[in-house]
Amino acid sequence: MAITNLDRRRFLAATAAASAATMVAPFVRTSHAAGTLSVGFWDHWVPGANDVLTKLCNEWAAKEKVELKIDYITSQGSKILLTIASEAQAKSGHDILALPTWYATAQARNLEPVDDIVGPLIAQFGNAVAVVEYLGKQNGRWLAVPATPGSQTKPPCGRIDLFKQHVGLDLTRMYPVGAPPDKALADKWTWDTFLIAAEKCFKAGYPFGLGLGQTTDSVDWVGALFASYGAELVDPKGKITVNSDATRQVLEYARRLVKFLPPDVFAWDDSSNNKWLIAGKGALIMNPPSAWAVAKRDNPKVAEQLWTFPSPKGPKGRYDPGLPYFWGIWKFSNNKPAAKSLLTYLSRRPAIEALVNASGGYDIPGFSGLRDFKIWAEQGPPRGTIYHYPARDDQIVSISAAPAPTVIGSQIYAQATVTKMIAKCTQGGESIDKAIAWATSELEGFMRV
Amino acid sequence: MKRLLRRKSTIAFAMALPLLLIIASLVIYPAFYSIYLATLNKSMERFVGLGNFGFLFTRETFWMVVKQSVIFAVSAVFFKALIGFFVAHFVHNVPTRGQRKWRGMLLVPWVIPPAMSTLAWLWLFDPSYSAFNWIFEGIGVHGVNWLGDPYWARFAVILVNVWVGAPFFMIMYLAALKSVPEQLYEAASIDGANWWQKLWFITLPMMRNIIAITALFSLIVTFANFDIVRVLTSGGPVDQTHVFATWAFQLGIASSDIPLGACVSLFMFPILGVAAVFILRDISQRGNEA
Repeated sequence: MAITNLDRRRFLAATAAASAATMVAPFVRTSHAAGTLSVGFWDHWVPGANDVLTKLCNEWAAKEKVELKIDYITSQGSKILLTIASEAQAKSGHDILALPTWYATAQARNLEPVDDIVGPLIAQFGNAVAVVEYLGKQNGRWLAVPATPGSQTKPPCGRIDLFKQHVGLDLTRMYPVGAPPDKALADKWTWDTFLIAAEKCFKAGYPFGLGLGQTTDSVDWVGALFASYGAELVDPKGKITVNSDATRQVLEYARRLVKFLPPDVFAWDDSSNNKWLIAGKGALIMNPPSAWAVAKRDNPKVAEQLWTFPSPKGPKGRYDPGLPYFWGIWKFSNNKPAAKSLLTYLSRRPAIEALVNASGGYDIPGFSGLRDFKIWAEQGPPRGTIYHYPARDDQIVSISAAPAPTVIGSQIYAQATVTKMIAKCTQGGESIDKAIAWATSELEGFMRV
Repeated sequence: MKRLLRRKSTIAFAMALPLLLIIASLVIYPAFYSIYLATLNKSMERFVGLGNFGFLFTRETFWMVVKQSVIFAVSAVFFKALIGFFVAHFVHNVPTRGQRKWRGMLLVPWVIPPAMSTLAWLWLFDPSYSAFNWIFEGIGVHGVNWLGDPYWARFAVILVNVWVGAPFFMIMYLAALKSVPEQLYEAASIDGANWWQKLWFITLPMMRNIIAITALFSLIVTFANFDIVRVLTSGGPVDQTHVFATWAFQLGIASSDIPLGACVSLFMFPILGVAAVFILRDISQRGNEA
């Protein structure tokens, strides 16, 4: 190989030529002319769901000439929460990050407002669901864009055969596929009926699998129970309101219900109720259709008998637990226009439908007008098993601890105050007044600013 | 300058420098940063001095966590030391040929990452499908609510910690036992000492320093334990198995109150600091006496 020595004269000549060429050359738009964008999405548990999201993103990136980097971050081991906390501290990381439930408002000061994205979406798809607005909007400003992947509700999922046999209730008639609910039956579907059904199934050897531990599945269904009785721990202004007749009523109810639940529910985590249903040990759980999806694979005979339908109604309404996800743009993002463009692209109706389909109907869009996708009616067996999974009728989708200001609500939720209250006055053998006094003291602590 | 570079201490410092830099960046900086975080208000916008610490003192759950952390760490270290001591004697008395096999097998619980082995324990204690309960029911005994009953849940987390940590004590004690001169035992035998007297007057005094250092080291690690409690109980039922690290995580990350979480995690520091001072002072005094 010939080696040429680069002397001073030749170096100067070469650089001068290069500079001249640069100055006269026309501007060529490179494949990544609009810069780079780094995104951290939630790692979906449904096989193939991430691929559809990646495909949509790549379509957008090719069109907009943006160099896109996608990371899928699992929620296992709270990794997504750790990522949020560390990026917020470091003021560095992804441009867009998936934010579960309380973490959009928790990071409000670090997020770029997205009213310019969400406003047109509301105009197009109807209002955001109550829980989405509660967790995504603060002081009249949208902090993050409601994300479809990961957003879920946790209504009851019951056994058609066991309900017919032991409760005398046809779930498929009460909430039929592709049609509104049977009004007479749905009106009777109250927490009192639920208690009677729980007792009957317990006596038949198929207790309801309702956790009372400290993880989200437990906190969510108990939150719906509290809400349907109007038992608020803290009101929207931040005033502690736990010491109320409504709370006493709920705790009295819980005392009666706990007798018909498995004795170990106080130690249940988010997988316990799924296992309970899939193993054929129980007649009902409150969960997204992941339990049904796993049963379809592992115990098809049980899956064929599962039906997802709205929660029972209480004196203050019918509340379904809901856990929305958001996509937030960090204020420190270097490419906010590209980030907003991507989120707008992913929030178009065809994109949302593709994402819902990819999740097998597990993901629920955050807008009330997006409840007509075919997937929910087509999934089975039994066909239409998750038709009533998205709230369409008289359900109010809410989250445990609402309507407390989110800075307090997030702590009520994370500390599982509601399930602990029940545990104290049932397993712990304390009086209801003592459980309320304990909760009051906890809530006073959460008020710290 | 040349003379300075040739000095042994300069070379030693240069060789230790990479480690010092790693410690500074991964231990000292985060430690000071967490002190800084602990002095901020909840929204991390305002300096509140020691306000967060004062606030914690007023919380019932905090004192419960203090009590539980102490029960957890002290009882776990005690049983680890006890089991490690007996097993070390057992292995020490195994003929040399088979000893390596025993040592290897007994170290397995300590070698497996605790998060993984605790998952296996979780299946054994599973609320609905406990393998232990399955065996109990097979012999006609009622199953135990391992993780749902506060007392059994505490027992379970301590048991797993002892299972994971006892091999460390065993290997340290075994090394100490091997360093005790055989002549001392021979002399004691000639004087008519029985096994208990040999243990009390020779083995234990000779192992005293290693016992103290191992206990201190283990106390620090056990106080700071996170994975076992997190995987087995997540602090439940009703917070009754939380230790400092898991409660700090619950407050700081899950509840988005990083200053309070930092504050809880810093409470381990003075407790362990006091323990370290006393134990190390004792060791150094004995060193001077010798």
